[in-house]
Amino acid sequence: MSAKNSLRQGGLALWQRVETVFDAFFGTGGNPLRHLGALGFHFVWIALVTGIYLFIVLDTGIEDIHTSIEYYTHEQWWLGGIMRSLHRYSADGLVLVMLLHIAREFLYGRYHSFRWYSWITGVPVLWLVYASGIGGYWLVWDQLGLFSAIASAEWFDWLPIFSDPATRNFLPGLLNDRFFSLLVFLHIGIPLFLLLALWVHIQRVSQSDVFPARSLALGTFFMLLVLSLAKPTISHGKADLSVVPTVLHIDWYYLFIHPLMYLTSPAALWAMAGLFTLLLLALPLLPHPKQQPIAVVNPPNCNGCRRCFVDCPYGAIAMLPHMDKPGHELARVLPDLCASCGICAGACPSSTPFRSVDKLVTGIDMPQQPVGVLREEMEHRIAALAGQPRIAVFGCDCAADTKQLEGAGTAVFSLMCTGLLPPSFVEYALRSGADGVLVTGCREGSCAYRFGTRWTEERLTRQREPHLRPTVPEERLRLAWADGHEMSHLKATLDDFRQYLQSLGADEKRLRPYTPRRIAHHG
Amino acid sequence: MVSKSPTNPVVLVAQALFYGLFAVIIAIFSTWPEYTHLGPDRALIKLSFSYHGEFVTECRERTPEELAKLAPNMRAAKVCPRERSPITVRIDLDGQPLYEGVAQPAGLSKDGASTLYKRFEVPAGEHLVSVKMNDNVRVQGFNLAREEKMALKPAQILVVDVRKDHGGIFFE
Repeated sequence: MSAKNSLRQGGLALWQRVETVFDAFFGTGGNPLRHLGALGFHFVWIALVTGIYLFIVLDTGIEDIHTSIEYYTHEQWWLGGIMRSLHRYSADGLVLVMLLHIAREFLYGRYHSFRWYSWITGVPVLWLVYASGIGGYWLVWDQLGLFSAIASAEWFDWLPIFSDPATRNFLPGLLNDRFFSLLVFLHIGIPLFLLLALWVHIQRVSQSDVFPARSLALGTFFMLLVLSLAKPTISHGKADLSVVPTVLHIDWYYLFIHPLMYLTSPAALWAMAGLFTLLLLALPLLPHPKQQPIAVVNPPNCNGCRRCFVDCPYGAIAMLPHMDKPGHELARVLPDLCASCGICAGACPSSTPFRSVDKLVTGIDMPQQPVGVLREEMEHRIAALAGQPRIAVFGCDCAADTKQLEGAGTAVFSLMCTGLLPPSFVEYALRSGADGVLVTGCREGSCAYRFGTRWTEERLTRQREPHLRPTVPEERLRLAWADGHEMSHLKATLDDFRQYLQSLGADEKRLRPYTPRRIAHHG
Repeated sequence: MVSKSPTNPVVLVAQALFYGLFAVIIAIFSTWPEYTHLGPDRALIKLSFSYHGEFVTECRERTPEELAKLAPNMRAAKVCPRERSPITVRIDLDGQPLYEGVAQPAGLSKDGASTLYKRFEVPAGEHLVSVKMNDNVRVQGFNLAREEKMALKPAQILVVDVRKDHGGIFFE
């Protein structure tokens, strides 16, 4: 294992432990660590709304802006001041969650194969967030804004792109309202580009997580509100082109680049920024596991029900008019978008193992783990189980290693993603001789394929099609989500489930056994 | 296992702690630690100009032979080379050299303005600032100069610029 992967795995284990702790208090749906992207969007929305308000009320002239901001900060603190602080702190929060989001996606290895697009398109977002934020400081036109404007100009002057040094704009007597209008335009224009870049960034994921859970959204909003009241944002003294700002209370989330430049040089800062950007862009090109074969549609078994289309986390399925059946549709896999997760196979109603065909072929399937092979394997292995109780475990290759649960009374089926499991397989396992079925996989939010855990849970709790039939006794099904580091938790859950099943009477809550005709006929 | 009910006091306390910590992290690094950009009792000299040097060679009359070779509509009697002189600059502070350099004219034909921007941190107080420039390669030595005693207050910026409409080098 390379140093990069060792570092990543170690970091991931630590990160997942923290996420698990947060799950206990926020639930997976409201866990801020699992929804950093959505939280970032939430901060963007807050900055957008407060920014529109500030743009409306503030005077935007080089001589007026500082006075205007001071008025709203101190005289109208209860509205203008709070809006200003919300604008500033939401922008700071955005940087914080954005950097954590990048770190998390890296630790989870979500930067290569089909995910290259989201990773690469995230890089301009990083630059645009900084450009938007830094430009906002200039607009305040206090000593800090002047410092930032001059430092930024000195940085850009290193590039041979201006005929006149940009820094000369900040010599006494040269600034006017036209320049300030340019700043306003930039602080509106760049954030608009940011919104465009964010839209591009989420294009290859369906049902994008752009709004956090209500509890998380309200919690963070009130957190910012309390912070705005407790520590209102205030300005430095008015910008004065004839003196150098000496001691500054700088916003390190955005403006750290300026001290870094004065500590080194403009060239060194360009080198650092360029290398970091190149590193991010190069990550998808580094050696990584080869992508698995993508989903394959079998037209004779596809009835155009659209469930795979709805459930695909990456919008990799399109519904096209059926070639032979007018008025019907047929699923089609878009190869560039397919993540090879198999969630579509789990959504396909044709994936039911109760079908009497000798060779089970479903409407959409994964070549490396076909549903038909899973049925065959399950029949053989459940029949071979010894002792009581007999348990079938359906796990996920990306989560806790279910192979360690294998035993005389336990048959383990590790799937590419738990979302590949058609709910009818649970019933089939119970009617084929299993006393209980344990379904496990990544915790929600950790799922390598976004919705594998969520869809599986909803299907098995009868909230989503295709769902588990109502006749299946809940007592004989156990769901236990466990990430890679939670093997002991999973083992304990299995032991508990085993004891529970033993406590049930042999025929209590048990489905009638089912032997398919094809097996009965062939002995 | 902790009940995730929003009314569970443990959940409420844990969430309050999280949001409190989140707010503290945002608040702290949004203004702290303070950054000292310029030490006390220091001032700044900015050498900055955007200035067109003199032409490298003077205009001259074309010979009749040269004119004959040109298309009739192109037969201008004078030819003026576009290339301009680089600006050589030297600053001395209290008799000690502070900076010496050359600013090349911009443009592929070197016919644009020579630009320069440099900043020098100096102790506040009284200084003898001496600036010399050459904007003409056909002249030996420095053909522009200004020397002045300046009293720089702490944090003050002294701009050294050169413009023809300001009579050459000036301090601001």
